Parts: sequence; structure tokens; C-alpha cells
Amino acid sequence: MTEENIPQAQPEQPETPKKPVKPKKDPRAKLYKPETPLILASSPHFHTKDTVPRIMWNVVAALVPATVLALVYFQWAAVGIILTSVSSALIAEMLVNRVRGESFTIPDGSALITGLLLALTLPPSFSLGGTALGSVFAIVVGKHFFGGLGYNIFNPALLGRAFLQASFPVPMTTWTWPLTARYADVDGITAATPLGLFKFEGVTSELSGLLTGNISGSLGETSAIAILIGGIYLLIRKYADWRIPLSFLLSTFLVSGVFWLISPESYPSPVFQLFSGGLMLGAFFMATDMVTSPVTARGAWIFGAGAGFILVIIRLFGGLPEGVMYSILLMNAFTPLINRYTRPKFFGEIRA
Amino acid sequence: MSSTLSLKTEFIKGIWKENPVMASLLGLCPTLAVTNAANNGLAMGLATTFVLLSSSLMISALRNFIPHQVRIAGYIVIIATFVTVADRFLAAYFPVISASLGPYIPLIVVNCLILGRQEAFSSRNGIGRSLLDSLGMGIGFIIVLVVLGIIREILGSGSIFGIAILGDWFTPWMVMILPPGAFLTLGILIALANWYNDPSRSKERGTVS
Repeated sequence: MTEENIPQAQPEQPETPKKPVKPKKDPRAKLYKPETPLILASSPHFHTKDTVPRIMWNVVAALVPATVLALVYFQWAAVGIILTSVSSALIAEMLVNRVRGESFTIPDGSALITGLLLALTLPPSFSLGGTALGSVFAIVVGKHFFGGLGYNIFNPALLGRAFLQASFPVPMTTWTWPLTARYADVDGITAATPLGLFKFEGVTSELSGLLTGNISGSLGETSAIAILIGGIYLLIRKYADWRIPLSFLLSTFLVSGVFWLISPESYPSPVFQLFSGGLMLGAFFMATDMVTSPVTARGAWIFGAGAGFILVIIRLFGGLPEGVMYSILLMNAFTPLINRYTRPKFFGEIRA
Repeated sequence: MSSTLSLKTEFIKGIWKENPVMASLLGLCPTLAVTNAANNGLAMGLATTFVLLSSSLMISALRNFIPHQVRIAGYIVIIATFVTVADRFLAAYFPVISASLGPYIPLIVVNCLILGRQEAFSSRNGIGRSLLDSLGMGIGFIIVLVVLGIIREILGSGSIFGIAILGDWFTPWMVMILPPGAFLTLGILIALANWYNDPSRSKERGTVS
């Protein structure tokens, strides 16, 4: 390289500052605002559009079919219980917000869901005062005593129901026929649920009734089809982990199938087990509660399988004909443990 | 070693500030198990207080004679003696209450509250001070048991001390006379007491505690 080349290149440089070249429009330019020269943010850097209200209102939408069928079958009884449960849940939420001095959390819809889910698990003849009590218990003790939404160990609606079950064991297990299925010459309107009929009288019910819900049972649990419609909507929108209902139902089917194969006379068929009682409602809407179920995929399988196993054991050998509530609550208690043991590896991690 | 508080404080501390149940969480087994009715709570509280007072008297009097190495065994023998007295006394004069409390009267002997007070206080202080301390602790224990019993009896049976006060419209919450009701009520009571004692709360009110 000769020395002449360098002076030749230099004269061009002073010209450029006089006529500043207009920089090309860089799409990133708007990020470099003078007042925010550098954006520093910790992870997460990617956000989904899902917010708590959005998820909750989708769950409410998914509960519409079951709620509508409850209204059709049980009419004014259902109206009273659902309205009482939802309104007392909302009022309790508002009061707790006030006492704790936090912003109002009613718009996020979680209290509405708790109230609605509780109502759907109650027998149609249950008293309105008891309904309100259970709903307030669910919100105050089940949710806010543990620190509010996201901190509760147990599903609040189920905890409310468990409180009612322990407080009022007789009204909580007194069932009535749907208004659409009452016969003129029947002397009473109370009727055992299909599970109760089998457990205490050895009578099996027909599958058609279990599917459409024209049977006795809790408000929202009688129709498997209505719950499946809402549940599958939730799975498609990915607001519920598909592994939990699948493993819950599968485990119930397999475990009860083993017993059924051993002795078909004394144990109900696995199909009957799947479609009776509160299993569908529990599997799709309560076991999948994001707060109280495991976060890992392996954990979800364990959660569902465990719940199904406990459910069949309670149904076949326990004192009560139905065990969905306790099976889910028990697995809720195991959830932190499951999360710990199914923690995924860090990238490149080698475990001893 | 020995306590230097004023005599009044010595007595008062067991009722609120060092309440055996609310502050130290001692004696939870009888607290949770027998408070399904106010009557039972009161009987258990009185029996425990009797045992506590008598053993404190005895142990503070004998504190220089009991060898340090075998003191726990010595305390337990003394406590068990008075528990037997209380047990036989209740069985003879209050057979109904004795029957409803069942094994929980003999079990007073393993109540941590009693052994705890002997180990922490009576073995190091004079008779007068020990009696004051035991009386305060005993009254604190009775208050908690009776309050717990009243709440659970009203909600679980609709009555107080066996007298029905709520009419037929009230459906008793059966859970309140079952073990979960005991845990729930005690938990809520302790939470309220902690909230009341919370120093940050008194700052908000502008007072310095």
C-alpha cells in the first residue's frame, strides 16, 4: 500500500457530516427512543394473550351447557341454588378484597367460577342458606386464607362442598328426580343416584340416562354430554391440560375394569363408572384447575392416574357411593410433591 | 435464672401475652379434642388448672431436693399423682362429664403445658411466684377452651352449655363438633389474635407499643 492512497480517501469524509444521509427506515428505530435508550427487562420476554380474566371467562363459557341442562332438568331449584351460590361468592370476594385492602378481583371471574362450580355439585333439594354458607366458605377459607387466587392449595369449590358434606351429611346426600323425569304415581320425589342405587341396592342404570342427564344427581353432573361439550371446548382452547382429564378417565376405566373382570356381578362395569356421578364434571372442570394441578406434563399424568385410582377405591370400598370430590382434593394435596419430583431437567443438566 | 417480673405481670402474662394455647401452642391435644361443647371445655380447663397448680406448688417446694438428672421423671410422677386425683374426683362427683371427656382426663399427664411450666418456671422460682404463674396459665387455658367450646357448640349444636339458644330454623353445622371444626376454629382464633398483636398494625394507628 502506498502513502498516496490514504490522503485521497480522507477528503471525502468531511463532506458527509454537512449533508447527513437520511438513515434508512429501520423498523427497530422506534425502540431507540432518546428517553429510553436501552430497554432492560428480565424474562419472560414472550407473552401470550391469555390473561386470568380471559381464561376464567372461557371456563364460564364452557360451563354454559351443563348449567343450561341443570336449569332445564331442575328448573326453579336450580335457579335458586345457582343464583345464591354465585351471588354469595361474589359478595364474599368483595368483602375479603375490602378487608385485605386490595383491588377488587371480581372482574377476573374466578369467584364467579367458584360459585358456579359449587352450585353444579349440589343436590337440587339443598337449602339456599347452606348453599350460601358453602360458597362463602369456599371463597374465604378455600381461597383467601391461603393468599388468594394462585396461592390456594385446594380447589375452592370442592373445599366448599367438602365443608357442606361434613356439615350437612343428610341433605347433601338427598337427591331428587329431575322435574322432567317424575312419574305421576311416584309417592315421593327423592331418588337415589345411579351410583347410590348400585352401591346400596345393586341396580345398574341405563347408559342413555347417564349421557343425557335425565337422572337424579347433583345439579350439573347428571349429563355427561353437556359436560363433554364444555370440556372439549376447554381442551381445544388449551385452557385445560388434556392430560389430566384423559389420565383421570383412563385410570378410572382401567382400575374399575380390573375389578369388573374379576367379578362382573359385584362390581359395576367401567363404562358405568365413567359416565355416572360427578366424574365428568370433576375431571374436566375441577381436576384441571390450573392453580391446584401439577404444572409438568408427567405430573399431569400422575395427578390424573392417582385421582382415578382413589376414586375407584372410594366408590367400590368406601362408605360413600361417590368419591370424585375427595379424590381430587387428595391429589390437590399431593400436587406440590408431584411438581417437585417431576421437575424437568435444565438444558444440559446431568442428574446424579 | 429466676423470674424478675412484677407479681402482677407474672399472673397476667399467661392470660394473653404468653397464653399457653394462643401464643405457645401448648396443650393442643385436649384443646382440639374436647371442645365440642362449652361444658367439656370448662371441665377440661378446670381439671388441667388444678393439676397445674398442685404440681407447681409441689415442684417449686421440692425444687432443691429433686436431683437434676432425674427431674423429668420426678415431675411426671408428681403430675400423674394429681391427674389421678382429678380423674377419680370427676368420676365420683361428675360421672356425666367424666364419661364425655373419656381418656382425655388421664391424658392430662402428657399435656405439654403442665410439664413445660414445671421445667421452665416452677423448678426455678419460689412457691408464691410459681403459683401465680400457674394460675395465670391455667386461667388463660380455661378461657381459650371455653371460648372454643362456645363457638363450636353454638354452630355445631345450636346451644350454649347444653341450653338450646337457636331455634328450629337453624340446621347445626355438624362439621363444627367434628375434628375439622376444632382445627378451623382454633386456626381462625389464633389468626385473629396474631392480627390484633401485629406491631405493624399499631403503627398505623399512630401508637407505639
